[in-house]
Amino acid sequence: MNIITLAHGSGGVLTHKLIKEIILKEFNSPILRELTDAAVLKVGKNTIALTTDSYVVKPLFFPGSDIGKMAIYGTVNDLSVCGAKPLFISCGIIIEEGLEVDVLKNVIHSMKEASFVAGVTIVTGDIKVVERGKCDKLYINTSGIGVMGQNIKLSIDNIGIGDKIITSGSIGDHGISVLSAREGINFGGSIKSDAAPLNKLISKILRAGGVRFMRDPTRGGIASTLNEIAEDRNFGIIIEESSILVKQGVYAASELLGLDPLYIANEGKIIVVVSKDSASRILRIMRNDKLGRDARIIGEVVKKYSGKVILKTKVGGSRIVDMPQGELLPRIC
Amino acid sequence: MKYVDEFRDIGIAKKILKDISCHVDGEYKIMEVCGTHTQNIFRYGLRQLLPKEIKLFSGPGCPVCVSPTSFIDKAIAYSRISSFIIATFGDMLKVPGSSSSLEKEKSKGGDIRIVYSSLDAIGIAARNPGKKIVFLGIGFETTIPTVAASVIEAKKNRINNFYVLSGHKIMPPALEALLEDKKISIDGFILPAHVSAIIGSVPYEFIPNKFNIDCVIAGFEPLDILHGIYMLLKSRFDGLKPRVRLQYTRVVKRKGNRKAIGLIKEVFRQTDSEWRGLGNIPGSGLVLSNAYKQFDIEMNRKIIVSRPKENPLCLCGEVLKGLKVPLECKLFGKRCTPQAPVGACMVSGEGTCATYYKYGEGGLTG
Repeated sequence: MNIITLAHGSGGVLTHKLIKEIILKEFNSPILRELTDAAVLKVGKNTIALTTDSYVVKPLFFPGSDIGKMAIYGTVNDLSVCGAKPLFISCGIIIEEGLEVDVLKNVIHSMKEASFVAGVTIVTGDIKVVERGKCDKLYINTSGIGVMGQNIKLSIDNIGIGDKIITSGSIGDHGISVLSAREGINFGGSIKSDAAPLNKLISKILRAGGVRFMRDPTRGGIASTLNEIAEDRNFGIIIEESSILVKQGVYAASELLGLDPLYIANEGKIIVVVSKDSASRILRIMRNDKLGRDARIIGEVVKKYSGKVILKTKVGGSRIVDMPQGELLPRIC
Repeated sequence: MKYVDEFRDIGIAKKILKDISCHVDGEYKIMEVCGTHTQNIFRYGLRQLLPKEIKLFSGPGCPVCVSPTSFIDKAIAYSRISSFIIATFGDMLKVPGSSSSLEKEKSKGGDIRIVYSSLDAIGIAARNPGKKIVFLGIGFETTIPTVAASVIEAKKNRINNFYVLSGHKIMPPALEALLEDKKISIDGFILPAHVSAIIGSVPYEFIPNKFNIDCVIAGFEPLDILHGIYMLLKSRFDGLKPRVRLQYTRVVKRKGNRKAIGLIKEVFRQTDSEWRGLGNIPGSGLVLSNAYKQFDIEMNRKIIVSRPKENPLCLCGEVLKGLKVPLECKLFGKRCTPQAPVGACMVSGEGTCATYYKYGEGGLTG
């Protein structure tokens, strides 16, 4: 690895290799080593969660969302899936010289609206402007702080054989929305990004009990998230292709471009691993929420195939679903 | 989705599989020539559903895989010239050249742009009149007519800074070269679906006539593939004379697509061509014809690259001929992975080795 390529930022095998071989070699705190979406920290008597994420999506505005909303919702969701209630957000903006002020205004307005919807407050920030050509219009970094709920311990260690895997809705909407906006391709019907704050849905799920672990399948899609869950564990995951909801337009675009929806990014979905007994109860709760209306049980945790994710295909065969190998679509988040 | 879900129906799949089982009369070796067939066979897990007597081998039908290292080296050399922009389909980026790849060159600052169609490259040329835009012409008969149409478009609109580096290849001469190898034993071919949509079935008739091997042109959907396998088995079971049968009738016509064939003939001419893993095959490549040679970058600015060395342990040549499976290669999954491919078949998502690696042939053992 002598130079960084786009594949190192894909969220797949090379990203993980980069994190393990370069980042964790120097930054070796036990909290960071857990590689969770947010760090869970003891501060005095309280437990808080802290996360950070950068947003470099191109184009800045696309059907269903924009970079500003993503920057708020993404950070809110990273806190929420760890079991925290998101409260405060920081916002660092890097702007390319020459950007129209109206574009910045629109992004900032969108962030304001998004923080209102998610119930968080932007409390600190920073602005830098770089020379033309040194960044692409505008990049945003947000960090977020949340407080952990009482007695919530979500961890892959909690997962056991027989647990069920639930997704909160259709997959691939965000990636295809960005791709169609960028390339000016219309895939028959408008595919909108699913970018949404999941904190309210997640707090309802957590109240129900029986939740082992959850994660939002963003970059790398559900394939990446499920592999992160199963990797190096003594269990496997089987998912059913016929149970996974893929919207018509995403399906058509994937067929046309040779993409696999399992690997396409989402910005408003969660994968929840729940105990077998609580699965139908949690599914009911999710379906009563607007953001979980299309929730489905897509698979289960099994003793066989340890460390692997297996897909039962529509025609009755089965195959391995591996970690994404490289760059699928550049700059979708 | 209409016209897709019908071809992935589990009920019909079970029925065809039962019919296949009833027509097995001993081992049957099938080569699926096209990379998309290979990929879908794995993607839908079809191998485990078939009787064990049916052996599937993948052929030389992945265009990225069979492009020789020298083609990549030339593309890299052009990308290093500051007034050049390279326009390419995304799957060429990772392909290793002798000492670099387009992905690495892009990271180092080379102006390399991913396009979804050769027409996009014409757009880039029109917007960058001071630059020379080189479109990497990769692909078989499926892709070639679109590139031909783009070249005609460039000529019509006098876009004189658009060029093609042609690595285009045509399928029938490669199949003939493959079959001349006496070591090869194949009972039936699943011929490419979309290549055949362009050229029809007639150009393959030498396969049954000269080599006495049965062929079926099958679609890419799982039921198409299963139906194609059934047609091959039934033909031998019923003692029929080998010929080229059409399963993909909803798309492929015996005489192909005359307009597309006309475009290819207008813009390109046949030449000898180097295939990764298979060597030089006479008449298997295409370069721009005299009337369009102004768009041939090699006519405009020739670049000579030295002949690259191939790893002697690499079995891609045998894999592409269906003589070996990837698991028999010492490099597979160890020194040769999708992140660091050594051989042709690991390079593209449609390559045989990459497909074995991704979908874990033999890995479903728990």
